[in-house]
Amino acid sequence: MRKLSFILKMAFRDCRKNRGRLFLFMSSIVLGITALVAINSFNYNLVKDIDKQSKSLLGADLQVNANKAITEDLKVILDSLPGERAEEQELFSMAYIPKSDGSQFVRIKAINGDFPFYGNLNTEPPIAKNAYQPNKSALVDDGLMLEHGLAVGDSIHLGLAKFVIEGRLKSAFGSIGLGSGFAPVIYIGLDQLEKTSLVKPGSMMEYSYFFKLPADFDTDEWEDQKDRKQKFRSESYRLTTINDQKRSLDRAFSGLNSFLNLIALVSLILGCIGVASSVFIYIKSKISSIAVLRCLGTKASDAFWIYFIQISVLGFLSVLTGVILGSLTQIVLPIILKDVLPYAVELSISPRAILEGLIIGSVITALFSIIPLLTIRKISPLQTLRVSFEESSGRDFLRWLVYVLVISSLYGFLWFLTEDAQSAFSFLVGLLISFVVLSLIATSIMWFVRRFTPKKLNFVFRQGLANLYRPNNQTKTLIISIGLGTCILTILFIVQGLLLNNVASMDAGNQPNMILYGIETDQRDSLADITRRFDMPVKQQVPIVTMRLAGWKGKSKTEWMADTTRTANRWAINREARVSYRDTLEDDEKMLSGDLIPFNPGRDSIFISLEEGFADALDVEIGDELIWNVQGAMITSYVGSLREIEFRSMRTRFFILFPEGVLEEAPQFHVLVTKSPNNSVMAEYRKEVVKRFPNISVVDLASILTTLNDILSKISYVIKFMAGFSILTGLIVLLSSLLLSKYQRIQESVLLRTLGASHKQIFTINATEYLMIGVLSALTGIVLAIFGSYMIATYQLDLQFSLNWTPIVLIFILIVSLTVGIGLLNSRDVINKSPLEVLRKEVS
Amino acid sequence: MKLFGFMRDNIKNEIMEEILKIENVSKSYISGERELLVLDDITFNVNAGDIISIVGPSGSGKTTLLGLCAGLDKSTGGVITLCDKDLAKLNENERAELRNKKVGFIFQNFQLIPTLTALENVMIPLELQGVDGAEEDAKKLLDRVGLLDRASHYPSQLSGGEQQRVSIARAFINSPDILFADEPTGNLDDTTGQKIEQLLFDLNQESNTTLVLVTHDLELANRTHRIVRLKGGRVISDKVNNQKVNA
Repeated sequence: MRKLSFILKMAFRDCRKNRGRLFLFMSSIVLGITALVAINSFNYNLVKDIDKQSKSLLGADLQVNANKAITEDLKVILDSLPGERAEEQELFSMAYIPKSDGSQFVRIKAINGDFPFYGNLNTEPPIAKNAYQPNKSALVDDGLMLEHGLAVGDSIHLGLAKFVIEGRLKSAFGSIGLGSGFAPVIYIGLDQLEKTSLVKPGSMMEYSYFFKLPADFDTDEWEDQKDRKQKFRSESYRLTTINDQKRSLDRAFSGLNSFLNLIALVSLILGCIGVASSVFIYIKSKISSIAVLRCLGTKASDAFWIYFIQISVLGFLSVLTGVILGSLTQIVLPIILKDVLPYAVELSISPRAILEGLIIGSVITALFSIIPLLTIRKISPLQTLRVSFEESSGRDFLRWLVYVLVISSLYGFLWFLTEDAQSAFSFLVGLLISFVVLSLIATSIMWFVRRFTPKKLNFVFRQGLANLYRPNNQTKTLIISIGLGTCILTILFIVQGLLLNNVASMDAGNQPNMILYGIETDQRDSLADITRRFDMPVKQQVPIVTMRLAGWKGKSKTEWMADTTRTANRWAINREARVSYRDTLEDDEKMLSGDLIPFNPGRDSIFISLEEGFADALDVEIGDELIWNVQGAMITSYVGSLREIEFRSMRTRFFILFPEGVLEEAPQFHVLVTKSPNNSVMAEYRKEVVKRFPNISVVDLASILTTLNDILSKISYVIKFMAGFSILTGLIVLLSSLLLSKYQRIQESVLLRTLGASHKQIFTINATEYLMIGVLSALTGIVLAIFGSYMIATYQLDLQFSLNWTPIVLIFILIVSLTVGIGLLNSRDVINKSPLEVLRKEVS
Repeated sequence: MKLFGFMRDNIKNEIMEEILKIENVSKSYISGERELLVLDDITFNVNAGDIISIVGPSGSGKTTLLGLCAGLDKSTGGVITLCDKDLAKLNENERAELRNKKVGFIFQNFQLIPTLTALENVMIPLELQGVDGAEEDAKKLLDRVGLLDRASHYPSQLSGGEQQRVSIARAFINSPDILFADEPTGNLDDTTGQKIEQLLFDLNQESNTTLVLVTHDLELANRTHRIVRLKGGRVISDKVNNQKVNA
């Protein structure tokens, strides 16, 4: 008891005069834990709200949807469901607005019934939501009405039909963030859709059937009974229950979630490095005090406990501060993110994130501080007599035990945060490899400098280089900590850049920015003329024939579906195929095997070309037979070639390509791809097309890209906001590593000053050493980061890897400048003050 | 109530018991690939109440010998018995306990803990033992060395002489059986050094503690009862100092 009281008293007394040094230690934990708690709290709030709001987002207990109308036999099944029902058909098209003489790409939702059953269609006037169906009028998105100066009572043209605006839609129901931004929504009655003439063979329609079921009705059980779910899926209909909706929302945010988790991990690991290096510095400065304590009879274990308790208490206080700050950021995050989320995330403190922050923070602080604290046990009391005395280092099993504990707990936390054992393992191995590589680089450079520094080199440079390998050198510690910090920060920058570039590249250069579809054969040439009249290129004009697979490799589809040995994927079998025909390859296509074989009416075989992935999904090879149902007519074809398609280009792409001369007489529509030079030409062109051919849909890719960029810039803001924590933690690590060097070099710099070295000489000696350390650690960190981010991008995020050298060069310059700058700042005392003054100050 | 902690055992056994026995002690270090013999076959005894000095040129092994005698390091060969304990048979924790209860130290560079006040520095040995009244005893000792008014000052706020006086107070607080002093005036000017010497001898006399002093200052050595001379790691003479200057 008395011993404990002594240990506690000493722990308290000793830290009173070290607040400055302990501040670094505390700030690295505070920042690391702030990031962790902020990110996890936000994620948990998001998930909690998904649970709460998924019912009102789906608007029904059950939804059945597909890109085709329900078949008769499935309709019988649905008819057996109790409760209310509603139906929706959705399509994208152009709307013509007579009042502004403008046009607008819109999403039309044609509804029949009292949908949504849950949640609210927020309209103005409120009665409009009940009136638009009986009045055969429309509800129009508020933003669209404001943009075109429309008022309730004005009219809007959809295809060939004209609608009076019944009310404005204040918030789009059921829209999930990213998708809803593309086109404003217009609601009309389902019975009015036909009048628009927008629904044509090949039109991209989405058919949905909604059901409000009795409270005691078990939808999951109903789905599973009599293989109903299976029946719908085999016909390519999706069944969505509220639970499915929750899962899909979870998935929708998993990308953002993964990246935020990566940032949390980075902050945590940087925090760990910060803890270890700042405690290392602290203990270095305490060696003489510990030696005195040992000399006066303090046992090694007691000395260890004095500092362990001190560090643990301060660590816990820092963790607590981090938890509080992390929770407080919940006030800021929902404001920043409100535009990319489908609903307002409720601000609330997440007890789970707080508890996790407290546990992870405390354990990490304790474990990572134990590594440097263990050296206390080895500080000999003899150091009171001889400062240079070094205890012979035998095998220290406790140290190895701590290493094992650190590695396994780090793995545990990584696993917990990534929720994937494999990713956690890869991350950990990456860290260990980086550690070993940095350590090897440091050892090699010491060996190299010692061996090859020219003896004739100027004294100050020789001295600066010699500092790299002389006793008490800081080369290894600094290269490892600065290198690891640089590596992790660079990975963050590279991956962030890749995520943003991946989508931004779609908007690059000469890509088309307009797609027109639903073009009938007799409209084709006139539309091409209009396009050229606007000085716009016809980049692609292709026919599209819709068809379905009826059989392949000698068996009918029905036979295959009953065959348990079938290897073909259901999606490939059931999809409505949109097929084109031509005898040449496009620029974005590459032939992998076989050839495009033109159709010869004299021969009976038709050879088609398949996209490689689609052929894999169907499990067919060159020469295999495929039978197609082309709107009633059966056509037998053979696989003649396999192609690879560049999917990032903004063009229509075809999995299935027929040769010319086969499908010309089949019912078909055409697609035209073009590029407008600017927005005003685009608006004029759009207006002209909608006026002349109301049935043609014009998809304005430019506005989609603008919306997407807008959303991405918001996400990137969040990413930068979160990454800011990591960067700050990284700088703290750098600072603490460099302060370590202060205590190592101060005495000899003072001695050199005493012996008559000029300011400039001391400056050059220190600058040489820090420059070498900065360059080497930054360079190694960056090389490791490039390798690490390649692995993360390729195997974790499935992104195409590319490098933008500008931020990397900037990071290199920043790290080297900071290393040299802080290093020289450390020695400013030595340069500007008298040696005695410096020595006295450092003793205290 | 006791007058001074260090006077608790003032009346000591007058029988000349051996408090420190050094028999055939040697110490070597491995430097690179070769063995460096620092102390070679050292033998001498110190009786309770003795005041002896170990003198010799730099590199003769004085400080190494002091470190071994005080249980700060282990010898390579021979036996060291301190306060009836064979140091080689004690583990580090047992040696730490022995140092805490029976030994006092004074260093050339004072070795005060910079983050503790003068008072707290003096209190440490008693606090380690868990003895009540450590603060009172420490204050009395600080008063005795003339620094009570500086009790709350940190080492950096004290002069070298003052720091050494705090260090002496700390050395005596646990009423040690034996006190080891390594060049106690080596870092001080003559005047301050003489005052410190006087203080050290006065306190030593008051507490009747055994004093082992390492120095190359022959004037200081001349004030001790016995002088052991070292050269090249060997004892070259061990004589009673008949010309002892009275303290």
